[in-house]
Amino acid sequence: MATLNLNGKDVSLPDDPRTTLLDFLHQHLSLFGTKKGCDHGQCGACTVIADGERINACLVFAFQLEDAEVTTIEGIGNGADEALHPLQQAFIERDAFQCGYCTSGQICSGISLLRELSNEDPSAVTYSRSRNSTASLKEDISERMSGNLCRCGAYPNIVDAITDVIALEKQ
Amino acid sequence: MTTHNAKTVGTSVSRVDGAAKVTGQARYAAEHMSERAPLIGWVVSSDTAVGEITSLNTEQAEQADGVHAVITHINAGPLKPFSKPADESRFTQSRAVLNEPHIRHFGAPVALVIADTLEQARYAASLVSYTINGKTPDLLTEFDDATQKPESLDGGFEADASSGNKPQQRDIRASIHTTYTTPSQISAAMEPHATVADFKDGKLEVYCSVQIIATAVEALAITLEMDVEDIVVKSPFVGGGFGSKLGLHFDATLACIGARHLERAVKVVLSRRQVFYNTPHRGHSTQQINLACGDDHALLSVQHKSAMPKAKGYEFAEATGAGARVTYKSQFIESTHRVKDVDLPLIDSTRSPGDAIGSLAFESAIDELAHEAGIDPLTFRIKNLPVVHPMKGTRFTTHNLGECLRQGAQNFKWQHKAQPTPGKKIGHGVASAMRMNVLVESSAEVELSANGEVTVRTDMTDIGTGTYTILTQIAADTLNTSVDNVTVKLGDSRYPASCGSGGSFGAASSGSAVKKACEALIANIKSSLPPTLSQAEVHISGGQIKLVPSAKGDINGTTDVHSLDDFMSHSDFPLSASGKVSADDTSDDEQYSCGAHFAEVEVDEYTGEVRLLRQYGLFSAGQILNIKTAASQIKGGMVWGAGYALTEGIHHHTDTASFVNPDFGEYHVAVNRDISEVSLDFLQEPDYAASPVGAKGIGELGITGAGAAIANAIFDACKVRVRDFPITMDKIIAGYN
Repeated sequence: MATLNLNGKDVSLPDDPRTTLLDFLHQHLSLFGTKKGCDHGQCGACTVIADGERINACLVFAFQLEDAEVTTIEGIGNGADEALHPLQQAFIERDAFQCGYCTSGQICSGISLLRELSNEDPSAVTYSRSRNSTASLKEDISERMSGNLCRCGAYPNIVDAITDVIALEKQ
Repeated sequence: MTTHNAKTVGTSVSRVDGAAKVTGQARYAAEHMSERAPLIGWVVSSDTAVGEITSLNTEQAEQADGVHAVITHINAGPLKPFSKPADESRFTQSRAVLNEPHIRHFGAPVALVIADTLEQARYAASLVSYTINGKTPDLLTEFDDATQKPESLDGGFEADASSGNKPQQRDIRASIHTTYTTPSQISAAMEPHATVADFKDGKLEVYCSVQIIATAVEALAITLEMDVEDIVVKSPFVGGGFGSKLGLHFDATLACIGARHLERAVKVVLSRRQVFYNTPHRGHSTQQINLACGDDHALLSVQHKSAMPKAKGYEFAEATGAGARVTYKSQFIESTHRVKDVDLPLIDSTRSPGDAIGSLAFESAIDELAHEAGIDPLTFRIKNLPVVHPMKGTRFTTHNLGECLRQGAQNFKWQHKAQPTPGKKIGHGVASAMRMNVLVESSAEVELSANGEVTVRTDMTDIGTGTYTILTQIAADTLNTSVDNVTVKLGDSRYPASCGSGGSFGAASSGSAVKKACEALIANIKSSLPPTLSQAEVHISGGQIKLVPSAKGDINGTTDVHSLDDFMSHSDFPLSASGKVSADDTSDDEQYSCGAHFAEVEVDEYTGEVRLLRQYGLFSAGQILNIKTAASQIKGGMVWGAGYALTEGIHHHTDTASFVNPDFGEYHVAVNRDISEVSLDFLQEPDYAASPVGAKGIGELGITGAGAAIANAIFDACKVRVRDFPITMDKIIAGYN
């Protein structure tokens, strides 16, 4: 039977080929941490990590992820208060959310961003920096987080939270 | 042993629901009742703005896989017609859909297809066919077409207001006559409106995303022609509201109709595009502003005339002129508002109704006059500040706009601009913010267990504002216990009715109710104590309820710490008390939160691209209950201001009365990179005349004026004044020629 590995456990893929990864999480697994804000890949609320890359769960059918390793917010940290990922902790300390609806996606996106930075993956900011721009790390974080909308306007706090974790990792 | 618990109100406390939100465990409306395997409803939307359904074919859909029902106006069950009865408020009037073949706006529901899965429902919905004999929709396109005078404006303002006498021409040194336009805008909360409803034995249980619970219950009862006693509404977490969830919308009506029809749990989640049509938006505005000042730069004349659309059958008009009426003193002030009934989806509150778009225009126009008169726009504002209400002569409870402007300018470094890079120009802008404050009737109850655990209950909501946290703090401080020892339960219609979230009144009103409930609990405890302990303070720590001699000294009695166990038996617990605030708890004087916004922008000399370098604000809003959550909320408002200045706007297709850009791909809310440094400070001055907790509103203060500060900074940078918001680069380049 076709499966994908979700947060470390194999789960059977749905029969209906129309089912997106996002709807699969909700309808079949009752995992609601990943949010639907637009269903069109325009808001980033459904960001999850598939085989190490951040993706919009609304833009991929579940069957396309056969044998893939998928991490959702429920698989970040320990899913419990005592064992938060440093970025989850930084989100709380920096108040990097208000209503909380975009937060799962922001955190999955932010965790992927940390990896992309350490891999020196390019962005519009690193490109302009190569052409003598003085764009800062904060601008690069903003650029890389611009696929995740936050209508509460927590952007400055989100950038601060990610900056904190980068500083923590350098220690 | 010490029983001291440090006070938390006025400090930075991390959100008590923070762990639930960062782990994805907080449950929003659509995520409830999953154990009941709710059926999924998908909305079939009208492709015509206004007309009658003349034919409807649901047969194919009904026969599709997994479909349980297709509900239309033919089988929707008893429903009171939309917006009836007329004497109810707009939030309790019927929110009916599918009650008649008449279609009121583009995108309105024609049918609801209910199936086992989302995929089945959505596919089957595509099989429903219908025809509508469309009529030409009414829209507002010309200022003069708005001729209707609303009975009153949102916030209780009169449609028209006037004071003083027009100045003599010879006294006028500088004047401007200008017209600003702001586009239709939408709240666009990240959580689409969603409801899951279950119907059993004549009783309805509803999880929905709503800012005010009590009126939602009444609205459902009226809409569905049921008794309020048979309806429970819950909304424990709301994924953003911004006015769009003050009342219930068609997701709720449709889910309830479906649940009643099938006697099963039914879930309806609006798609993002359906949110644009089936929930409210803010109407576009045209604001004609004439201003004049004399030789000493004193304002002599302020005239503000606005025109906006009003959705047919729905009474809402926003007070765009509110800022013009109160921000500056002037010999003559005149403000009018006119509307035209249009065939558009609901037009209602979007964050800071009136002031968000009123300030965009008015604070830009004030800048224009300062420039015309040859005076620094900051100095001009400070020079024209009122001491009493400029039109009514009434007192303000507190008024710190001057301090916000003066001190804010220093903090921002108004005189020191960043060095521009080649090809860029730098500008500074300022704007004032005045937002009316109100206290709204609100109730809460508090319960104390024998081991000292405190539980607060109220039907108040937390829409991201931090209500769970500030109510926890208020209860902990009043009962001398720690925040860890308090559990706040919200968003359930079985709890005491609160003000709900909206109009910046939530924190002060519901917080004061909680404070009163805790004080009543203390009074109850004291009534069972011996007279020697009448002055003792109740402290709760380490699972014990203690009676500590008052710090002021207790002339009657003991200096020992007692345990409440000595005076009460276990069977007396849990103790409970309730508290309520109403109009009696607030002053009749004018109440306003104030603030000064500053912005530094960089404008490209060739492309007209605007980059924000920094936004700063200094605010006065009474007691700040939690610095951390309050600062976040204000920052969020400032980010909205940036969106209003630079990116946001619904484009109307006037032939069809539809929206050209009803999604996040084309309706541009600000993204992370659009925003740069956003910082702020508060002037802390509790205003106990405004509310028992001394707090005033902040939810709408952050956006009021924020966009105008950016617009003014753009003008300062490149000398182009764009009067048609948002200020996109094409409009700036057009001004370069």
